Amino acid sequence: MKQKLKLYLQLLLTFMKIGVVTFGGGYAMIPIIENETSKKKKWIEPDDLIDVIALSESTPGPISICAATFIGYKVAGLIGAFCATLGVVLPSFVIIYLISLFLRRFEEIRIVRYAFFGIRAGVLALLIKAVISMFKKSPQNIVAYVIMAASLIAVAFFSANVIIVLLSAAVIGLAATLIAKKRGHEL
Amino acid sequence: MSIYLLLFLEFFKMGALTFGGGYAMIPFIEETVLSHGWLTTGELVNFIAVSESTPGAFAVNISTYVGSEVGGLFGSLCATVGLVLPPFVIILIIAKCYEKFKESLIVRGVMLGLKSTVVGLIGATVLKVGYEVLFPLGFSFENFGTELLTGNFWFIIVVFAVMLFLLLYKKLNPILIIVLSAAAGILAGYTGLISV
Repeated sequence: MKQKLKLYLQLLLTFMKIGVVTFGGGYAMIPIIENETSKKKKWIEPDDLIDVIALSESTPGPISICAATFIGYKVAGLIGAFCATLGVVLPSFVIIYLISLFLRRFEEIRIVRYAFFGIRAGVLALLIKAVISMFKKSPQNIVAYVIMAASLIAVAFFSANVIIVLLSAAVIGLAATLIAKKRGHEL
Repeated sequence: MSIYLLLFLEFFKMGALTFGGGYAMIPFIEETVLSHGWLTTGELVNFIAVSESTPGAFAVNISTYVGSEVGGLFGSLCATVGLVLPPFVIILIIAKCYEKFKESLIVRGVMLGLKSTVVGLIGATVLKVGYEVLFPLGFSFENFGTELLTGNFWFIIVVFAVMLFLLLYKKLNPILIIVLSAAAGILAGYTGLISV
């Protein structure tokens, strides 16, 4: 029992550490997760970690939440998954909550207004880079390109509802994959 | 509906439906916060900068922030729990039957659709945010030469081009991009190049 409690605490603390040091989130977290959970703690094999990444790509939600839940569960079951997920969320929850208390007032200060005006241009560049890297990671075939173009046009020019676009894309992707399989080739 | 339940449900939907993490969520967040009047596009852009400069996943950060703005501490708890719950439950289920899940043709097909649509959705957001940032007063051909092409406009164009170059070809860290563009804004503000 005591050993179990110690393990839960370790999961909580290790994932809190991961939550604190990963700025920007996303794939930047992977090397740190690997270092903490596979190299230092031997909780998970490096090969399994690759599976975790693939898994979080094909399930909804941020990669850090998926990895924490998966590793926590493998190490110590349901409570382990809970501790690890709580750990990875807690630092950013606390930090962002504190920021939210004064961000609006802070935005009214002159120098901050100037800074945020400049930042708009920088954020636009960050978003473009995000599109490029998402494109590189996505499937490369005719069905994928058609879905990309159609969803861009539907949302940007016809203000289509995002949930409806997501669901239609899932249905079209599934239909295309099944049809291709029936005809004996792969998408 | 109580504001807390609404926050929980809206972020639960996001947590359940956005694949790819990070910026893949932005189109969804934009639609949600604008339709409820929780944030403006300008505030959302500011928050992207804040989130890049603080630890943690963007999706978690934005849910905590919107929750707090709309419903205080309890609001931010409801939004964040709503966001985290779907991936938590889904991963728990899948952890048990991962091998089967990986091989499944249905999963592959659905993923083909979702991964592709996310690219288009972010593309749409970039267009919308870009329009907001370049033409905050709206765009029309009548005032094109005069009111639109101000110092603000040229400032954004130049800083955007330099930052994109630094990101794509110099592989600069996003935090550095934010710091540099903030510095450019402060400099331009105090020298009177831009009026904000």
